[in-house]
Amino acid sequence: MSQTATVGTPRFPGVRDVREGLRSVDYLADDGIAGVVYLADRLGKPVLIEGPAGTGKTELAKSVASMTGSRLIRLQCYEGLDESKALYEWNYKKQLLRIQAQRVTEEAAAQSDKTWSGIEDDIFSEDFLLTRPLLEAIRAEEPVVLLIDEVDRVEVETEALLLEILSDYQVSIPELGTVTAAQIPLVFLTSNNTRELSEALKRRCLYLHLDYPDLQREKEIVLTRVPEVEEQLADQIVRIVRSLRALELKKHPSVSETIDWARTLVLLGINSIGTEEATATLHILLKYQSDIVKAAKELSVAQTA
Amino acid sequence: MLDVLTGFIGELRSAGLPVSLTENLDAMEAVQHIPIEDRDAFKYALAATLVKSNAHWRTFETVFDVYFSLRGPQWSIEDPDAQADAAADQAQARMGGEQRPGGGAMEGLTQEELAEILFKAMMRDDQAMMRAISREAVTRYAGMEPGRPVGGTYYLYRTLRNLDLEGLMARLMEAAQEEADGGLTPLEERLTRDEYEIRIDQLRKEVEAEIRRRLVADRGAEAMAKTLRKPLPENVDFMHATREELGQLRKAIQPLTRKLAVRLARKRRHGRKGPLDFRNTVRHSLSYGGVPAEPKFKYPRPAKPEIVVVADISGSVAAFARFTLHLVHAISSQFSRVRSFVFVDGIDEVTRYFEGIEDITEAIHKVNTEADVIWVDGHSDYGHAFEVFWDRWGKEMNPKTSVLLLGDARNNYHASQAWVVKELRKKARHVYWLNPEPRSYWDTGDSIVSEYASHCDGVFECRNLKQLEAFVEHLA
Repeated sequence: MSQTATVGTPRFPGVRDVREGLRSVDYLADDGIAGVVYLADRLGKPVLIEGPAGTGKTELAKSVASMTGSRLIRLQCYEGLDESKALYEWNYKKQLLRIQAQRVTEEAAAQSDKTWSGIEDDIFSEDFLLTRPLLEAIRAEEPVVLLIDEVDRVEVETEALLLEILSDYQVSIPELGTVTAAQIPLVFLTSNNTRELSEALKRRCLYLHLDYPDLQREKEIVLTRVPEVEEQLADQIVRIVRSLRALELKKHPSVSETIDWARTLVLLGINSIGTEEATATLHILLKYQSDIVKAAKELSVAQTA
Repeated sequence: MLDVLTGFIGELRSAGLPVSLTENLDAMEAVQHIPIEDRDAFKYALAATLVKSNAHWRTFETVFDVYFSLRGPQWSIEDPDAQADAAADQAQARMGGEQRPGGGAMEGLTQEELAEILFKAMMRDDQAMMRAISREAVTRYAGMEPGRPVGGTYYLYRTLRNLDLEGLMARLMEAAQEEADGGLTPLEERLTRDEYEIRIDQLRKEVEAEIRRRLVADRGAEAMAKTLRKPLPENVDFMHATREELGQLRKAIQPLTRKLAVRLARKRRHGRKGPLDFRNTVRHSLSYGGVPAEPKFKYPRPAKPEIVVVADISGSVAAFARFTLHLVHAISSQFSRVRSFVFVDGIDEVTRYFEGIEDITEAIHKVNTEADVIWVDGHSDYGHAFEVFWDRWGKEMNPKTSVLLLGDARNNYHASQAWVVKELRKKARHVYWLNPEPRSYWDTGDSIVSEYASHCDGVFECRNLKQLEAFVEHLA
């Protein structure tokens, strides 16, 4: 494999430093997460993050950016995303105007033959190039973090667009030639797993599955994000959430919803959750009426062994 | 190092994980950056480069544990003996028991005393102690003999039976009730129970790991890895899945349906181009100075097919029918109408159970308990069921309908009445048969697949999620 861009100086001295760095920007990483971020930097490889919604996939990329002081470039994927939205586009309107302007001034000179080649060189130059996120990330001189969000939304064909960038950190533009990265950006791809990504894409990436955090970590997350919450309440919150996740629901409460719930409870001045308080505020955690009904029923009825 | 890693990757491959050459090289490079002494980090580094799907994580973990657990002392990072013994000694001190003759470990304890220690460890969530106890319990109760060709589950069962986990649970809950003033509220009780269940589960895993460790020591890592090889979730056979596997399958079906729905919708929209969208074309022509250089087309909106599912739910294929019903209803938004019928020897329409019900498990429970499917003796009678189906609902089949027949076609030597299928095919758009039995079993014994197959548009072997998924895609 010919890697045109070489791995630069490491950003992090060790896994532990990644962990502490992330903590300093309020992202609590476990060993797996910190390890993968560390490796991504060392190996110069993108990270593919999968997992249920709301477990901090996008947040991780953002946190890494702010921890390393890099610019975050974000490409939000959607069905129908194409080259002109992801990579680059020629600014047609500006090009047309340019040609138009040329015609007016040159008509007097009547040298249409010679000017055409001049214009051609001209209109396919940097001035008329509209860079989109991917190209932007490649061309950036300063350190950047590239976030390709919800990559599973794009069609299989569009996925191929990413391959050149992810393996060689370069983009080929027919009119300009190949643009190679000045630095290797840290790349994060997130996916909600609505479709199987291609083998080619997966092969190029390190894989990280972000699941719901364990009790202890979720409690710490709540305490970090909602400093007003008391420890005992946080403990109750995460235990109830864990209990809800064990139920068969349409949509399980995510970490961000846990945080929302903690905030709500603090605002309402509740410092101990009983069945009543829980059922009254369930709609913060759950987003389907049937789920709410089911959860309310489960919470108020003790399980019989 | 290189050899060890190569061997490990070979082991992963033979466990069914697809590991490509690039990933292999990545792993080699990754381990150069991660010190192997840090066992967790080492494991995650390998996982990040070698495992590209969460469904494969468990398999990876098992292979990892087995492979690296007995590679000589340099690979066993933690020294379980030292740790456990230290914990045991501590426990003795805490119990206030005097040092017994014969070492400080737990050998001298009676069964009751061991149970008592376990109870206390559970209350405190003392992990090290729990590990020590599970080691002792395995030594004591599993009765492992070297070279005995018995699977790990046998030892697991014996150990757990002696630990009496249910009794332990009851005791824990009792203690919790006593501790709280005025008893626990239902919510608190639920949370406490959850907590203890997780701890007990942890203990069970600890015991399992301990048994595995000893089996590896006895038989060698290679032999053990072979017996541990389990199919990946998407390849688990519906008919022979264990209860745990069924639970996993149910979980796997949720994301699968979402995936399928997205793909089907996409496929339908991108299938072919529709007529020219004049307005859109003109609008876009403005960027080309009024030249319609980029013609735009309307998206076609092809009609959605209607689906009629006719499923055998007799004992032998019930699990299969349940998954199929599950799947079909979960993606029902992709079909204009879904009607379901279930039969054993009688047949009944169960569409109404699924209507307006959010919780599909409940619907399936209703189907199993309320539907009127027994006619004579509760043994599958495809012939009779099909005949009744034709009489009562045959008229309602139309060229938009795709009919799915689910079952193993084991007809208990009744009449086949295959003409119904033939008639159905004339009236409906397609008739497909899904059979959960391996292809090699078809037409053996009382199975009469081919009699029906000759009238179907296709018969598919459908034994696991992968095959089911492939079929549904074929359908739309």
